[in-house]
Amino acid sequence: MSKKKTIEILEASAREATLLTESPISQWALTLKRFRGRRSGMIGLGIVMFLVLTAIFAPLISPYPPNEVLIGKEDVSPREKPCVHVLGCDAENPQHILGTDANVRDEFSRIVFGSRVSLTLGFFTVTIALLTGSFLGAVAGYIGGWLDNIIMRIMDVVLGFPSLLLAIAIVSVLGPGLRNALIAIAIVAIPSYARIMRAQVLSIKETDYVAASIALGATPRQILLRRVVPNALTPLVVLATLGVATAILEAAGLSFLGLGAQPPLAEWGSMLANERNNVFTSPHLVFFPGLAIMITVLGFNLMGDGLRDALDPSLNK
Amino acid sequence: MLSFIARRTLLAIPVLFGIMVVVFLLLRAIPGDPCTAMLGERATEAACDRFNAANGLDESVFVQLVIYIKNVLTFNLGESIRFSRPVTQLLIERLPLTTELALSALMIAVGGGVPLGILAARRHNTIVDTGTMAFANIGVSMPVFWLGLMLAYFFAVVLKGTPFALPPGGRLSAGVFPVPYYEVWGWNLTKGSFWARSNEYISNHYIFNTFITAQWSIFGDAVRHMILPAVALATIPLAIIARITRSSLLEAMSKDYIRTARAKGAKESRVVTRHALRNSLLSVVTIIGLQLGLLLGGAVLTETVFRLAGVGTALFDAITGRDYPVVQGFTVVIAAGYVVVNLFVDLSYGYLDPRIRQK
Repeated sequence: MSKKKTIEILEASAREATLLTESPISQWALTLKRFRGRRSGMIGLGIVMFLVLTAIFAPLISPYPPNEVLIGKEDVSPREKPCVHVLGCDAENPQHILGTDANVRDEFSRIVFGSRVSLTLGFFTVTIALLTGSFLGAVAGYIGGWLDNIIMRIMDVVLGFPSLLLAIAIVSVLGPGLRNALIAIAIVAIPSYARIMRAQVLSIKETDYVAASIALGATPRQILLRRVVPNALTPLVVLATLGVATAILEAAGLSFLGLGAQPPLAEWGSMLANERNNVFTSPHLVFFPGLAIMITVLGFNLMGDGLRDALDPSLNK
Repeated sequence: MLSFIARRTLLAIPVLFGIMVVVFLLLRAIPGDPCTAMLGERATEAACDRFNAANGLDESVFVQLVIYIKNVLTFNLGESIRFSRPVTQLLIERLPLTTELALSALMIAVGGGVPLGILAARRHNTIVDTGTMAFANIGVSMPVFWLGLMLAYFFAVVLKGTPFALPPGGRLSAGVFPVPYYEVWGWNLTKGSFWARSNEYISNHYIFNTFITAQWSIFGDAVRHMILPAVALATIPLAIIARITRSSLLEAMSKDYIRTARAKGAKESRVVTRHALRNSLLSVVTIIGLQLGLLLGGAVLTETVFRLAGVGTALFDAITGRDYPVVQGFTVVIAAGYVVVNLFVDLSYGYLDPRIRQK
């Protein structure tokens, strides 16, 4: 090969290299781009953002404190029907856009504040389940052997029970209350994270870059934290987003059965449960809390689906 | 096929055994004992000792386990601490309701979900597809107890006085009692015998019982009471089944054998039903089997909403009241049901995919 030809090739590859570095596009940017292209995912993100803002600015949005009893302060009775002035409700009546509940509290304010409870609950259960589950899964997958067997068999047993029944059993042991319901839901969710993390660790463990790290003298801890975990994050992020939806739904179920949030806390599930015997006379007190639960769960479900599609290019056909 | 069925059935036995042991140990590993649950926090030690001795709780855990397993194998599930009645009797009374509820819900879920999924896949990327999937997404996001209450309100209050009104709770209207088929047919059963109790159990499936004995007005009443709980319970599984059917059918439709089938001139309906659908059914069947756990969890909530005395509410009461024998007995029966359903799922794999039979 002539010298000139070699220089030409070198120049061409240098140009190519600059071309590549000129517009670097990271994996995350690509994901974001793909996520933006998914309409349902964006709707989900919109719903979630809306809920987060509602939770943050709850005191500004709600016209009353969530636990303020309005007897003697206003001319309203318990379980008053919704009254919106713009929609033709008599201007002399105080405005309660979603009505009042049995204790004459403003239903709308309680629903707005309820978003704080549900989001916090969803966030904490998923965080607990994610950390515990992925720790157990990582240990099981990385160390293997009998430890792997013991951990995963326990996970199988937990998965073998209908999750709501197991959560009921755990709460009945710990005692009713929001915190214990949170723990129960987290425990029930651990196996899914453990399984995914273990599967990821098993496949990543065999890659060349892990072998290279071992050759360079990295400790198992370093390998797990620096090499394995970052590469295993993708499916866990998806599972966690969908997990928030499941957690909120299960917590509402436990509260409905009287095992979760206790009065007077404004929690959607228990608000609904307290009024379930009055559904025929005051349906709005059942309808709106349930609608709030549904919208929240729908938001996280849509966002999770969108994330999964965006993070897994093989699904994009 | 026969040896395939036999192999699968034998494999289910150790699973059942394992579940029995695990339920037994779990119940004893958790803190809190039935004595304080039943006699109250201030029960004296002597009272607790008497209580434990009366219920066999003073033996060592291992001895209790052995006794328990022996009893289960002889269909003796012990006596409820709370109700002082045999657990089997509670099962005879309560299980049929939940079975009918779960089966009705499963029928609605499959009967609605599979056609919806096919429709969405056939009209991929059209308004029908988007609409169906939006419906499915909303379906999986609904709390089952909320849907139940709203259905009850709508059909019992809003539609009151119309032919579409449905009862909001209970299993039968007040004062309606179905006559068991063995009485209708004049069978002479020895009271308390295994045969009599089996018949009592079967006849407690009111819809089935009134159907085979042609008690049509009671049959109609039972069905009308079943519609709302079944629809509420079916919604989430229906949505999940629709989604899975759609995605696996879409996947199958992109395969080469579909092009081949079309190329040889097969009608489109035949291509979809015989070639694509049959191949995508495997994952649909798996999902249907997995829904059973969901149905049971949902049954607790549905039965609470519609005031039905089924397994779900019984199990809920037993867990919160630490009624050990009831929890054990019911869980073992539910687990057995779970195993049997999954056995059927496995067997249907063999039917749907001949390759699996050979392995």
